[in-house]
Amino acid sequence: MTDLAVATHGLTKRFGSQVAVDTVDLAVPRGAVYGFLGPNGSGKTTTIRMLLGLIGATAGRHELLGVAMPEYAADVLPRVGALVEGPGFHPYLSGRDNLRRLDAADRSAEARTTDARIAAALDRVGLSAAAGKRYRTYSLGMKQRLAIAAALLVPRDLLILDEPTNGLDPQGTREVRSLVGALAAEGATVLLSTHLLAEVEQICTHVGVMHRGRLVAQEPLAQLRSDAAPRARVLTDQPAQAALVLRTLGLTEITETAAEAAGQLGEIAPEKVVAALVHDGVAVRGFEVESPSLEDVFVSLTGRGFDVSG
Amino acid sequence: MSAVELSEVRAAPVRRASSRFLRSELRLIAVRRRNQVSLAALAAVPVVLAVAMKVAAPDPADRPGGGPDFFAQITGNGFFVALAALGVELGLFLPIAIAMLAGDSVAGEANQGTLRYLLTVPVNRTRLLAVKYAGIVAGAFLAPLVVAVSGLVIGLVVFGGGDVTLLSGTQVGLGEALLRLLGVCLFLGVCLSALGAVGLFLSTLTEQPMGATIALTMLCVAGFVLQQIPQLEWLHPYLLTRHWQDFGELLRDPVSFGALTPGLLSAGAYIVVFLSAAWARFAGRDVTS
Repeated sequence: MTDLAVATHGLTKRFGSQVAVDTVDLAVPRGAVYGFLGPNGSGKTTTIRMLLGLIGATAGRHELLGVAMPEYAADVLPRVGALVEGPGFHPYLSGRDNLRRLDAADRSAEARTTDARIAAALDRVGLSAAAGKRYRTYSLGMKQRLAIAAALLVPRDLLILDEPTNGLDPQGTREVRSLVGALAAEGATVLLSTHLLAEVEQICTHVGVMHRGRLVAQEPLAQLRSDAAPRARVLTDQPAQAALVLRTLGLTEITETAAEAAGQLGEIAPEKVVAALVHDGVAVRGFEVESPSLEDVFVSLTGRGFDVSG
Repeated sequence: MSAVELSEVRAAPVRRASSRFLRSELRLIAVRRRNQVSLAALAAVPVVLAVAMKVAAPDPADRPGGGPDFFAQITGNGFFVALAALGVELGLFLPIAIAMLAGDSVAGEANQGTLRYLLTVPVNRTRLLAVKYAGIVAGAFLAPLVVAVSGLVIGLVVFGGGDVTLLSGTQVGLGEALLRLLGVCLFLGVCLSALGAVGLFLSTLTEQPMGATIALTMLCVAGFVLQQIPQLEWLHPYLLTRHWQDFGELLRDPVSFGALTPGLLSAGAYIVVFLSAAWARFAGRDVTS
């Protein structure tokens, strides 16, 4: 049980008659960088709020770092850094004073080391130069950095980051990505909610996908990828003939256009397909095996619609 | 519980008893420009009052406020500027100042999104309410003191000091009079703390600090209005504002502490009831701000 940094069991949240989160069983292994994906309104943030004890669950229970929440929040939350639904700070205080206030509220933080820890956290997010400026003068990216700095005020075993790269410029996005990598390398578990699939492909070890309040997939990233069926594409001026060969070999979901034929490979080895095509005299101009991108997998899980999940 | 789980719990960080959060809260209130302006406005009223009285002696028939008549004595002794100013400001300025502070307490944090970050630090919700209320109480005692000191200074400068004639006709030295003035400020501090408790509760109901502030101010004004309607006399003992003007009792000789008791009891009751209500509302509430 304690090999999971985040574990939920049938976690459910209803707002009136609407089910925002429906019997979700999250399992985030320790040391993982867990990409928590889902369209807008799919219940990610509501789940994160429940994880942190900001809102109560209608049903189900959960543990963070093996400790029951929200009963033992005082024991476990000091070891959890969180960024929930964007930054939130006092506009008329400087970035540094905002961090000082959060640190003052933390009964487990040592007052003696406050200034050093704040300086280190600000440095880590590249905000040292603007630390003395009022928060209201910060750009969105700087606000976001300050929120990340707040999550790093003390060493954490678990970081729950809700869209940490929102509003950041490309350099900032890269920095956050390498920061998350560094934190993971130091042994922290990271739960990362994001829309940026490229980000997930680069840094996540595990993926969970939410859709309409349900967790529709949860796997190591490598497995999610290999589960996705690769397709073989044949470029040819005889697509009908090529399609026939593919069908005979047992490929499925065959498609044909003017200059190509394609089908899902399944268990069939690509070299066998090429050999069969050549044997049957199909003029092959090009051949490739395509694994679907994470985006394709994501869309196949959550639908193509542009509307937010109601 | 398994051994592994036990070790997990034991690894939990040490929690220290510390006043850091309270001090941070007081600093937050103190550095806020709005609160500084509000305090300056409270201090300005006695100055305006004293200057106006110096320029044109008043007609006692149309004095503002419902409390004891200190106005008539102002020109004789500057000490009474402080009391007159307290009486006047109790009618609106002091309640508004407290309403601003109290309305902002929880709703302001929710509005800025800082509430969720405090709660995930974590700050226990009961502790958060306690610290927020402590900040309000500090304001409730500071505000009348500022009015009194400002009134005293400007009064002594403009009209001079000397022995003070009490409401019952006896004369006391300025030293004793100052002690009584301090008593008045403490009494009003308790009254305004009761108002602040209601404000804290209202502040847990909304994410709009202005909404809570306006609601509390309206409640206060409604109290003043209802007090003026004799047909509602049965209601008067329950009004939050009913006993505020009782502070004049501290200027009789001997001081009738019995006459202050209903005001203190009423304030105590309001504090207990509304702090409990705030806790009941906030402790289990979903924080979605």
